[in-house]
Amino acid sequence: MSISSGQSGAFWFLKGARGIASLPAIILMSAFVGFCGFAVEAGVPLGEAVFMTGMIWALPAKVLLVGSILAGVSLPAAFITVALSSIRLMPMVAALIPEIRTEKTPTWLLLLLSHFIAITAYVFTMERIRDVPREHRVSFFAGFGMTVTTANIILVAVIYSTVANLPAMVAGALFFLTPVYFLTSIWASTRDRAGHIAMVVGLALGPLFHQVAPEFDILYAGLVGGTLAFVIDRFWKSGARS
Amino acid sequence: MISYQSFEAWWWPYVFIAIAGWLATDIWRWLGVLVGNRLKQDSAALTWVRSVATALLAAVIAKLILYPVGELRNVPVEVRLVAVSVGFAAFLIFGKRIWVGIAVALGLLVAGQFLTSALIAAG
Repeated sequence: MSISSGQSGAFWFLKGARGIASLPAIILMSAFVGFCGFAVEAGVPLGEAVFMTGMIWALPAKVLLVGSILAGVSLPAAFITVALSSIRLMPMVAALIPEIRTEKTPTWLLLLLSHFIAITAYVFTMERIRDVPREHRVSFFAGFGMTVTTANIILVAVIYSTVANLPAMVAGALFFLTPVYFLTSIWASTRDRAGHIAMVVGLALGPLFHQVAPEFDILYAGLVGGTLAFVIDRFWKSGARS
Repeated sequence: MISYQSFEAWWWPYVFIAIAGWLATDIWRWLGVLVGNRLKQDSAALTWVRSVATALLAAVIAKLILYPVGELRNVPVEVRLVAVSVGFAAFLIFGKRIWVGIAVALGLLVAGQFLTSALIAAG
Protein backbone atom coordinates (compact mmCIF):
# COMPACT_ATOMS: atom_id res chain seq x y z
CA MET A 1 0.00 0.00 0.00
CA SER A 2 2.92 2.32 0.68
CA ILE A 3 3.63 2.59 -3.07
CA SER A 4 0.25 4.13 -3.77
CA SER A 5 0.25 6.51 -0.78
CA GLY A 6 1.77 9.34 -2.85
CA GLN A 7 -1.07 9.08 -5.35
CA SER A 8 -3.57 8.72 -2.55
CA GLY A 9 -2.76 12.20 -1.25
CA ALA A 10 -3.71 13.67 -4.62
CA PHE A 11 -6.71 11.36 -4.77
CA TRP A 12 -8.06 12.63 -1.46
CA PHE A 13 -7.28 16.23 -2.39
CA LEU A 14 -9.41 15.78 -5.53
CA LYS A 15 -12.08 13.99 -3.52
CA GLY A 16 -12.21 17.05 -1.23
CA ALA A 17 -12.24 19.36 -4.27
CA ARG A 18 -15.22 17.46 -5.62
CA GLY A 19 -17.09 18.71 -2.54
CA ILE A 20 -17.72 21.83 -4.65
CA ALA A 21 -20.73 19.92 -6.03
CA SER A 22 -22.08 19.14 -2.54
CA LEU A 23 -25.14 20.70 -0.93
CA PRO A 24 -23.09 22.75 1.60
CA ALA A 25 -20.93 24.27 -1.17
CA ILE A 26 -23.92 25.06 -3.39
CA ILE A 27 -25.76 26.72 -0.52
CA LEU A 28 -22.68 28.72 0.40
CA MET A 29 -22.41 29.93 -3.19
CA SER A 30 -26.05 31.02 -3.11
CA ALA A 31 -25.31 32.88 0.12
CA PHE A 32 -22.39 34.56 -1.65
CA VAL A 33 -24.77 35.76 -4.35
CA GLY A 34 -26.72 37.35 -1.49
CA PHE A 35 -23.53 38.89 -0.06
CA CYS A 36 -22.53 40.19 -3.47
CA GLY A 37 -25.89 41.92 -3.75
CA PHE A 38 -25.35 43.47 -0.34
CA ALA A 39 -21.87 44.70 -1.34
CA VAL A 40 -23.26 46.30 -4.52
CA GLU A 41 -26.07 47.91 -2.52
CA ALA A 42 -23.49 49.27 -0.05
CA GLY A 43 -21.37 50.69 -2.88
CA VAL A 44 -18.33 48.47 -2.31
CA PRO A 45 -16.46 48.33 -5.66
CA LEU A 46 -15.88 45.05 -7.50
CA GLY A 47 -12.16 44.78 -6.72
CA GLU A 48 -12.74 45.23 -3.01
CA ALA A 49 -15.63 42.76 -2.91
CA VAL A 50 -13.41 40.14 -4.56
CA PHE A 51 -10.49 40.98 -2.27
CA MET A 52 -12.71 40.60 0.81
CA THR A 53 -13.95 37.23 -0.35
CA GLY A 54 -10.43 35.87 -0.63
CA MET A 55 -8.91 37.54 2.42
CA ILE A 56 -11.67 37.21 5.03
CA TRP A 57 -13.58 34.26 3.66
CA ALA A 58 -15.93 33.99 6.68
CA LEU A 59 -19.28 35.34 5.48
CA PRO A 60 -20.60 36.93 8.72
CA ALA A 61 -17.30 38.81 9.17
CA LYS A 62 -17.60 40.21 5.63
CA VAL A 63 -21.18 41.34 6.21
CA LEU A 64 -20.05 43.12 9.39
CA LEU A 65 -17.11 44.76 7.64
CA VAL A 66 -19.33 46.07 4.85
CA GLY A 67 -21.74 47.29 7.54
CA SER A 68 -18.87 49.10 9.28
CA ILE A 69 -17.76 50.68 5.99
CA LEU A 70 -21.35 51.82 5.37
CA ALA A 71 -21.52 53.36 8.84
CA GLY A 72 -18.22 55.14 8.22
CA VAL A 73 -16.63 53.96 11.47
CA SER A 74 -12.91 54.30 12.23
CA LEU A 75 -10.37 51.61 11.43
CA PRO A 76 -9.90 50.51 15.09
CA ALA A 77 -13.69 50.32 15.57
CA ALA A 78 -14.12 48.23 12.41
CA PHE A 79 -11.24 45.99 13.47
CA ILE A 80 -12.78 45.41 16.91
CA THR A 81 -16.25 44.71 15.48
CA VAL A 82 -14.95 42.14 13.01
CA ALA A 83 -12.46 40.64 15.48
CA LEU A 84 -15.11 40.20 18.19
CA SER A 85 -17.50 38.50 15.81
CA SER A 86 -14.72 36.24 14.57
CA ILE A 87 -13.61 34.89 17.94
CA ARG A 88 -15.94 32.00 17.15
CA LEU A 89 -13.42 30.89 14.53
CA MET A 90 -10.98 29.99 17.30
CA PRO A 91 -12.99 27.20 18.97
CA MET A 92 -14.12 26.02 15.52
CA VAL A 93 -10.55 25.69 14.30
CA ALA A 94 -9.45 24.23 17.65
CA ALA A 95 -12.18 21.58 17.39
CA LEU A 96 -11.38 20.76 13.76
CA ILE A 97 -7.59 20.51 13.97
CA PRO A 98 -7.48 17.39 16.21
CA GLU A 99 -9.78 15.67 13.68
CA ILE A 100 -7.57 16.26 10.64
CA ARG A 101 -3.94 16.34 11.77
CA THR A 102 -1.53 13.49 12.35
CA GLU A 103 1.52 13.66 14.59
CA LYS A 104 3.62 14.44 11.52
CA THR A 105 1.52 17.32 10.17
CA PRO A 106 3.68 20.48 10.36
CA THR A 107 2.15 23.40 12.25
CA TRP A 108 2.95 25.89 9.46
CA LEU A 109 0.79 23.87 7.08
CA LEU A 110 -2.12 23.93 9.52
CA LEU A 111 -1.66 27.69 10.04
CA LEU A 112 -1.80 28.18 6.28
CA LEU A 113 -4.80 25.90 5.77
CA SER A 114 -6.69 27.37 8.72
CA HIS A 115 -7.49 30.36 6.50
CA PHE A 116 -9.97 28.19 4.61
CA ILE A 117 -11.93 27.31 7.75
CA ALA A 118 -15.29 29.03 8.03
CA ILE A 119 -18.67 27.64 9.03
CA THR A 120 -19.31 25.75 5.77
CA ALA A 121 -15.87 24.14 5.64
CA TYR A 122 -16.24 23.23 9.31
CA VAL A 123 -19.62 21.60 8.83
CA PHE A 124 -18.61 19.85 5.60
CA THR A 125 -15.41 18.47 7.11
CA MET A 126 -16.92 17.38 10.43
CA GLU A 127 -19.66 15.56 8.53
CA ARG A 128 -17.35 13.57 6.27
CA ILE A 129 -13.94 13.35 7.91
CA ARG A 130 -14.61 10.06 9.70
CA ASP A 131 -14.70 8.30 6.31
CA VAL A 132 -11.29 9.65 5.27
CA PRO A 133 -8.14 7.77 6.32
CA ARG A 134 -6.34 9.87 8.94
CA GLU A 135 -3.13 10.35 6.94
CA HIS A 136 -5.13 11.91 4.08
CA ARG A 137 -7.48 14.13 6.06
CA VAL A 138 -5.33 17.25 5.65
CA SER A 139 -5.28 16.71 1.86
CA PHE A 140 -9.04 16.17 1.83
CA PHE A 141 -9.65 19.37 3.78
CA ALA A 142 -7.18 21.35 1.66
CA GLY A 143 -8.89 20.15 -1.53
CA PHE A 144 -12.29 21.24 -0.34
CA GLY A 145 -11.23 24.51 1.32
CA MET A 146 -9.12 25.80 -1.54
CA THR A 147 -11.58 24.83 -4.26
CA VAL A 148 -14.60 26.36 -2.57
CA THR A 149 -12.74 29.57 -1.70
CA THR A 150 -11.44 29.96 -5.27
CA ALA A 151 -14.87 29.19 -6.73
CA ASN A 152 -16.52 31.88 -4.61
CA ILE A 153 -13.86 34.46 -5.48
CA ILE A 154 -14.61 33.82 -9.16
CA LEU A 155 -18.35 33.78 -8.48
CA VAL A 156 -18.29 37.22 -6.83
CA ALA A 157 -16.21 38.62 -9.71
CA VAL A 158 -18.54 37.21 -12.34
CA ILE A 159 -21.94 38.04 -10.86
CA TYR A 160 -21.05 41.47 -9.45
CA SER A 161 -22.42 43.42 -12.39
CA THR A 162 -25.67 41.43 -12.74
CA VAL A 163 -26.61 40.86 -9.10
CA ALA A 164 -28.08 44.33 -8.58
CA ASN A 165 -31.07 43.31 -10.71
CA LEU A 166 -32.01 40.52 -8.32
CA PRO A 167 -35.72 40.67 -7.33
CA ALA A 168 -36.17 41.64 -3.66
CA MET A 169 -37.93 38.39 -2.84
CA VAL A 170 -35.07 36.30 -4.21
CA ALA A 171 -32.49 38.42 -2.37
CA GLY A 172 -34.43 37.96 0.88
CA ALA A 173 -34.62 34.21 0.37
CA LEU A 174 -30.86 34.06 -0.27
CA PHE A 175 -30.17 35.78 3.05
CA PHE A 176 -32.54 33.34 4.74
CA LEU A 177 -30.84 30.31 3.22
CA THR A 178 -27.69 30.70 5.31
CA PRO A 179 -29.20 30.47 8.83
CA VAL A 180 -31.58 27.66 7.84
CA TYR A 181 -28.75 25.71 6.28
CA PHE A 182 -26.47 26.25 9.28
CA LEU A 183 -29.21 25.20 11.67
CA THR A 184 -30.03 21.92 9.92
CA SER A 185 -26.51 20.96 8.87
CA ILE A 186 -24.89 21.65 12.24
CA TRP A 187 -27.64 19.67 13.93
CA ALA A 188 -27.17 16.79 11.49
CA SER A 189 -23.37 16.76 11.79
CA THR A 190 -23.26 17.02 15.59
CA ARG A 191 -22.46 13.60 16.96
CA ASP A 192 -22.48 14.15 20.72
CA ARG A 193 -25.31 15.08 23.06
CA ALA A 194 -23.31 18.03 24.45
CA GLY A 195 -23.35 19.52 20.94
CA HIS A 196 -27.12 19.28 20.64
CA ILE A 197 -27.63 20.87 24.06
CA ALA A 198 -25.15 23.61 23.09
CA MET A 199 -27.15 24.27 19.93
CA VAL A 200 -30.45 24.73 21.79
CA VAL A 201 -28.89 26.83 24.57
CA GLY A 202 -26.97 28.96 22.05
CA LEU A 203 -30.12 29.68 20.02
CA ALA A 204 -31.84 30.95 23.18
CA LEU A 205 -28.86 32.86 24.60
CA GLY A 206 -27.91 34.65 21.37
CA PRO A 207 -30.96 36.94 21.32
CA LEU A 208 -30.94 37.20 25.13
CA PHE A 209 -27.37 38.51 25.27
CA HIS A 210 -28.14 40.71 22.28
CA GLN A 211 -30.53 42.62 24.56
CA VAL A 212 -28.02 42.83 27.42
CA ALA A 213 -24.66 43.25 25.68
CA PRO A 214 -25.10 43.67 21.90
CA GLU A 215 -21.35 44.15 21.31
CA PHE A 216 -20.37 40.82 22.85
CA ASP A 217 -23.59 38.81 22.43
CA ILE A 218 -22.12 36.02 20.28
CA LEU A 219 -19.09 35.65 22.50
CA TYR A 220 -21.10 35.49 25.75
CA ALA A 221 -23.69 33.16 24.26
CA GLY A 222 -20.91 30.84 23.09
CA LEU A 223 -18.92 30.78 26.32
CA VAL A 224 -21.90 30.60 28.69
CA GLY A 225 -23.99 28.35 26.44
CA GLY A 226 -21.13 26.01 25.57
CA THR A 227 -20.00 25.67 29.18
CA LEU A 228 -23.59 25.12 30.34
CA ALA A 229 -24.09 22.42 27.71
CA PHE A 230 -20.82 20.77 28.70
CA VAL A 231 -21.78 20.74 32.40
CA ILE A 232 -25.33 19.45 31.73
CA ASP A 233 -23.88 16.67 29.57
CA ARG A 234 -21.41 15.66 32.32
CA PHE A 235 -24.20 15.52 34.95
CA TRP A 236 -26.39 13.55 32.56
CA LYS A 237 -23.61 11.04 32.04
CA SER A 238 -22.79 10.63 35.75
CA GLY A 239 -26.53 10.42 36.52
CA ALA A 240 -26.93 7.60 34.01
CA ARG A 241 -24.01 5.74 35.53
CA SER A 242 -25.17 5.83 39.18
CA MET B 1 -9.74 58.77 13.51
CA ILE B 2 -8.77 57.18 10.22
CA SER B 3 -11.58 55.42 8.42
CA TYR B 4 -12.44 53.80 5.10
CA GLN B 5 -12.99 57.22 3.55
CA SER B 6 -9.81 58.78 4.97
CA PHE B 7 -7.55 58.59 1.93
CA GLU B 8 -8.19 59.02 -1.76
CA ALA B 9 -5.48 56.55 -2.80
CA TRP B 10 -6.81 53.49 -4.66
CA TRP B 11 -4.95 51.13 -2.35
CA TRP B 12 -6.27 52.54 0.91
CA PRO B 13 -9.54 50.52 0.96
CA TYR B 14 -7.48 47.38 0.42
CA VAL B 15 -5.28 48.21 3.42
CA PHE B 16 -8.43 48.92 5.43
CA ILE B 17 -9.92 45.55 4.45
CA ALA B 18 -6.63 43.75 5.14
CA ILE B 19 -6.41 45.13 8.68
CA ALA B 20 -10.08 45.23 9.74
CA GLY B 21 -11.01 42.11 7.77
CA TRP B 22 -8.18 39.72 7.10
CA LEU B 23 -6.11 40.29 10.24
CA ALA B 24 -9.22 40.50 12.45
CA THR B 25 -10.35 37.04 11.32
CA ASP B 26 -7.12 35.12 10.71
CA ILE B 27 -5.67 35.91 14.16
CA TRP B 28 -8.37 33.68 15.63
CA ARG B 29 -7.77 30.94 13.10
CA TRP B 30 -4.04 30.92 13.96
CA LEU B 31 -4.80 30.86 17.68
CA GLY B 32 -7.25 28.04 17.02
CA VAL B 33 -4.51 26.01 15.35
CA LEU B 34 -2.18 26.53 18.31
CA VAL B 35 -4.89 25.53 20.80
CA GLY B 36 -6.15 22.65 18.64
CA ASN B 37 -2.64 21.24 18.34
CA ARG B 38 -2.66 20.70 22.10
CA LEU B 39 -6.11 19.11 22.34
CA LYS B 40 -6.35 15.35 22.44
CA GLN B 41 -9.12 13.61 20.55
CA ASP B 42 -11.97 12.38 22.77
CA SER B 43 -10.74 14.49 25.69
CA ALA B 44 -13.12 16.46 27.92
CA ALA B 45 -11.35 19.68 26.89
CA LEU B 46 -12.14 19.03 23.22
CA THR B 47 -15.78 18.32 24.05
CA TRP B 48 -15.96 21.65 25.86
CA VAL B 49 -14.30 23.55 22.99
CA ARG B 50 -16.70 21.90 20.53
CA SER B 51 -19.68 22.83 22.73
CA VAL B 52 -18.54 26.46 22.83
CA ALA B 53 -18.06 26.46 19.04
CA THR B 54 -21.55 25.01 18.53
CA ALA B 55 -23.19 27.48 20.94
CA LEU B 56 -21.42 30.36 19.17
CA LEU B 57 -22.72 29.17 15.81
CA ALA B 58 -26.22 28.78 17.25
CA ALA B 59 -26.09 32.37 18.48
CA VAL B 60 -25.00 33.52 15.01
CA ILE B 61 -27.94 31.61 13.49
CA ALA B 62 -30.44 33.16 15.91
CA LYS B 63 -29.09 36.63 15.15
CA LEU B 64 -29.19 36.11 11.38
CA ILE B 65 -32.88 35.25 11.69
CA LEU B 66 -33.96 37.81 14.31
CA TYR B 67 -31.73 40.75 13.31
CA PRO B 68 -31.04 40.18 9.61
CA VAL B 69 -29.20 42.32 7.08
CA GLY B 70 -30.16 43.19 3.51
CA GLU B 71 -33.53 42.36 1.95
CA LEU B 72 -34.50 39.92 4.69
CA ARG B 73 -35.14 42.90 7.00
CA ASN B 74 -38.27 43.63 4.96
CA VAL B 75 -39.82 40.25 5.78
CA PRO B 76 -41.88 40.33 9.01
CA VAL B 77 -40.18 38.58 11.94
CA GLU B 78 -43.21 36.32 12.46
CA VAL B 79 -42.87 34.99 8.91
CA ARG B 80 -39.16 34.32 9.45
CA LEU B 81 -39.75 32.50 12.74
CA VAL B 82 -42.60 30.34 11.43
CA ALA B 83 -40.63 29.47 8.29
CA VAL B 84 -37.48 28.40 10.16
CA SER B 85 -39.39 26.52 12.91
CA VAL B 86 -41.58 24.52 10.53
CA GLY B 87 -38.59 23.94 8.26
CA PHE B 88 -36.56 22.58 11.16
CA ALA B 89 -39.46 20.37 12.30
CA ALA B 90 -39.77 18.98 8.76
CA PHE B 91 -36.02 18.32 8.74
CA LEU B 92 -36.30 16.29 11.97
CA ILE B 93 -39.44 14.40 10.91
CA PHE B 94 -38.10 13.43 7.47
CA GLY B 95 -34.97 11.66 8.70
CA LYS B 96 -32.72 14.72 9.17
CA ARG B 97 -32.59 15.50 5.47
CA ILE B 98 -31.08 18.96 5.17
CA TRP B 99 -32.63 19.73 1.80
CA VAL B 100 -36.14 19.02 3.19
CA GLY B 101 -35.64 21.58 5.95
CA ILE B 102 -34.32 24.17 3.52
CA ALA B 103 -37.06 23.59 0.93
CA VAL B 104 -39.84 23.88 3.51
CA ALA B 105 -38.34 26.96 5.20
CA LEU B 106 -37.70 28.81 1.92
CA GLY B 107 -41.12 27.84 0.54
CA LEU B 108 -42.83 29.22 3.65
CA LEU B 109 -40.75 32.39 3.56
CA VAL B 110 -41.70 33.12 -0.05
CA ALA B 111 -45.35 32.21 0.63
CA GLY B 112 -45.32 34.45 3.70
CA GLN B 113 -43.95 37.33 1.66
CA PHE B 114 -46.70 36.94 -0.94
CA LEU B 115 -49.30 36.77 1.84
CA THR B 116 -48.05 39.88 3.66
CA SER B 117 -47.82 41.92 0.46
CA ALA B 118 -51.34 40.75 -0.46
CA LEU B 119 -52.59 41.77 3.00
CA ILE B 120 -50.92 45.17 2.69
CA ALA B 121 -52.45 45.62 -0.77
CA ALA B 122 -55.88 44.68 0.61
CA GLY B 123 -55.33 47.33 3.29
